[in-house]
Amino acid sequence: MIITFTLNGKDYKMDVDPAMRALDFLRDVMKMKSVKEGCSEGECGACTIILNGNAVCSCLLYAGELDNKDIVTSEGLGTPEKMHPIQEAFVEAGGVQCGFCTPGFVLSSKALLDKIPNPNEEEIKKALEGNLCRCTGYTKIIDSVELAVKKISQLKG
Amino acid sequence: MNKNGINFKAVGKRVNRLEGKEKVCGTSKYIKDLEFEDMVYVAIATANVAHGILKSINVEEAKASKGVVDVLTYEDVPGKNEMGDVVADYPALLKPGDKIAYVGDYVAFVAAESPELARQAAKKVRIDYKELPPVFDIDEAMRDKIVIHGDTNIKTHYVVKKGEYDPEKMFENCDLVLEGEFFADYQEQAYLEPQGVIAIIDLNNTFTVYGSMQCPYYVQNGVAEVLGIPYSDVRVIQTETGGAFGGKEDVPTYFAVPAALVANKLKRPAKLCLDREEDLQLTSKRHPIKSRYKVGVTDYGRIRALRCEAIGDMGGHGTLSPIVLWRSVVHAAGAYDIKNVSVDVYGVYTNKVPCGAYRGFGSPQVFFGVESMMDQIAQELKIDRLHIRQINALEKGKTTPTGHLLNEDIGAKETITKIRERSDWEQLQKEVDDFNKNHKYVKRGLGVSHIHYGVALGAMGQRLDASGAFVQVFKDGTIGIQIGGTEMGQGAKTTMALIASEILGQDISKIRVYQPDTAFVPDSGPTVASRTTLFSGNAVKLACEQLLIKMKTVAAGHLNVPKENIVVGEKCFYDHDNPDACISFHEVAQMSDTENEGLSATGWFKTPKLHWDVEKGFGEAYVTYSFATNVVLVEVDMLTAHVQVLKVFAGHDVGRAINLDGIYGQVQGGFVQGMGYALYEVLKHDDKGHLLTTNFNTLTIPTIQEMPEFEIEIVEAPFSKGPFGAKGIGEPSLIPAPAAIANAVSHAIGKRITQIPITKDYLLKVISES
Ligand code: FES
Ligand code: FES
Repeated sequence: MIITFTLNGKDYKMDVDPAMRALDFLRDVMKMKSVKEGCSEGECGACTIILNGNAVCSCLLYAGELDNKDIVTSEGLGTPEKMHPIQEAFVEAGGVQCGFCTPGFVLSSKALLDKIPNPNEEEIKKALEGNLCRCTGYTKIIDSVELAVKKISQLKG
Repeated sequence: MNKNGINFKAVGKRVNRLEGKEKVCGTSKYIKDLEFEDMVYVAIATANVAHGILKSINVEEAKASKGVVDVLTYEDVPGKNEMGDVVADYPALLKPGDKIAYVGDYVAFVAAESPELARQAAKKVRIDYKELPPVFDIDEAMRDKIVIHGDTNIKTHYVVKKGEYDPEKMFENCDLVLEGEFFADYQEQAYLEPQGVIAIIDLNNTFTVYGSMQCPYYVQNGVAEVLGIPYSDVRVIQTETGGAFGGKEDVPTYFAVPAALVANKLKRPAKLCLDREEDLQLTSKRHPIKSRYKVGVTDYGRIRALRCEAIGDMGGHGTLSPIVLWRSVVHAAGAYDIKNVSVDVYGVYTNKVPCGAYRGFGSPQVFFGVESMMDQIAQELKIDRLHIRQINALEKGKTTPTGHLLNEDIGAKETITKIRERSDWEQLQKEVDDFNKNHKYVKRGLGVSHIHYGVALGAMGQRLDASGAFVQVFKDGTIGIQIGGTEMGQGAKTTMALIASEILGQDISKIRVYQPDTAFVPDSGPTVASRTTLFSGNAVKLACEQLLIKMKTVAAGHLNVPKENIVVGEKCFYDHDNPDACISFHEVAQMSDTENEGLSATGWFKTPKLHWDVEKGFGEAYVTYSFATNVVLVEVDMLTAHVQVLKVFAGHDVGRAINLDGIYGQVQGGFVQGMGYALYEVLKHDDKGHLLTTNFNTLTIPTIQEMPEFEIEIVEAPFSKGPFGAKGIGEPSLIPAPAAIANAVSHAIGKRITQIPITKDYLLKVISES
């Protein structure tokens, strides 16, 4: 099946196996290795992507479902040389330990802050409750999101 | 200047994680992200029967399956058909006549063109076997009616005996003697990244194994032995590792072996990455431990005698069980000064998933027992619960329950005092009482626990307790560090960089810590037992000190002053008496290069000798001990049995805080894992020995919604042999949590919790019992 989609700001038109999981398509075909697989059944959030503005689990989607969609992965936010403010915040506030969950948390945070620029703690928890982290105990992840809010608002002036 | 009056440049500073940027941007390379040309994918065919004798294996159908390149069986093992370092009861591939000890025993390895095709074909491997009645229950296993390996299921029995340990006499002078029975069940490590390895024949025509792991040297040894090749022909490189918590101690060897066997036979790179379900079914867990305690005290709460008998469920194979359960025996009497101690810990085989290493290594289960006893005694004697810990706690000049005389200052009591102050203990208790007076169906409770933790491998692991480092200063003034310890999220790289930064005066942005590679650093033992800061840290420090001497000599020559006068600052080396005479670090590096002064050095730190009597279980168990105290506030819904941990006060004696941010991360993350163990994380088997809990839909680990509020106190009682005085924090972060939470729940409901995890069903039952 031919699908068209936007990935990290670039337009694509591709012939895909519609039954392939979006996770495998993104990792293996599009080489977006930041998208991780932790459970394969929508429970851990390691495979989170932003699809038309919403954080979703790519392990539960088929490649065919990406047709006409706008997709963002961590690769589309920033690079180690030039990080997105949310990524900076996760480094500075210690919201990353082993790092396996981190791209997923960053994207869930991005989807949240795009909708609610100044969320309260409850809203942060709600937005991140689908992402599991076994290392941090979550405190510094909340700190990271709060720091990201500050960084983004400073950038906006 | 820190509060002890020492002026550190880097130690104790809050810095960003060394490899943080790559991790947040998703560019770090985890094992699954690596691909090699012409790779085959490996899947494991397991016995799927809990107890039996293998008669034959039929791989015809599997071999004929789509995409299958080959199917390997026991005949394809060129070397020793045996895995596991500590106990030899784990064949790499079962052969006819072998004992099947649990459902996950390996019968064949399938190599195919894709992971999916390999998995499908693995399901088509058939075996013929004689089924034997299985044994799943530890008490039944103790009776030896059904025996799994050898002539008894009791594989290990360790003791600690101190003072009067005759059970008839040891309690004679006690005013109060209390008894209790406890059960701490399984726990799954649940690192977010499942296990995975790749084995390839490399540029040297030898093997390189890449993988997610804690212990590259275990993998090197295991692969060399099973392939029957020299150790020099196996090189192991750790890839970025997405959490481990003990679960990637010995276990990665059991996946590296299949991958290497396939790579060896097919001469193609072989990849074996588990999905979550395979990972949960095939990897070791925390040991379920049943314990029985009897504790005798004076009327004012001093412990006079403690007896503990405990049994640990090892599962179908011994793997690391003996050393895990040795840690249980050493810690079972708690962190106290006790005259008479008698502890017996047994390890028994059952036909279930093998148990092994998990953060805390056999100690959280027994601390749950002993700390429950402490709360119970305090309650009985109407003594304050922090006070009873305070008057029994260890300090310099006292001996541990194994008779280890502590001849250095320790921070045990300070963790208690600090937590008393920080929590405003008296006030907090009043608030809880008031809350409970005004609420009928929601109750709050406070729990306390106090623990010690023997850092590193201890008396029984001395042969492995040494670590190396190789450090270079490049001619542009940047620094490269190679250590034998692994980074798995805990912050080891950052800690090493801070140590090097402290000695060499350079900012950590100029320091790289490379992925461990067995080709460059000698066997540094496993990255476990909260030993990396102490062991790898000392090795890095020693190497950097040698480099500093070399560089000072070069600088002194250039500045024309005696080298004793040279001091290193962040920017330059300068003359102590004349700071204007200076030369930059970078220039000295460059000059050393042109003057042919090789700027590289190795460091090697080995354990101080420990004296231990195995028969009596008496002596110097570990090189040093970290201490911790938790106070936990919980809220229990008495109708639904929902428990929420509201607040945690955690005090930790770490010796010296080198990587402060890392320590906070460990304390928070470790506590939350311990909270998962206390409250949610149940693993169930079916009646055929298969694990029923095979993914995160049934395994409930804490989410951000369960996160408690933290107040953390760091105590620094420096250890003379630690780098700048540091001890360890990785495991002490978790260990006190289950005990403190169970005590808090007991306090809230007014009844004693005796098993963890405190499932809702169990808690409802306890609440409703009158
Ligand atoms: S891999 Fe998709 S939610 Fe876990
Ligand atoms: S940092 Fe390891 S799982 Fe989140």
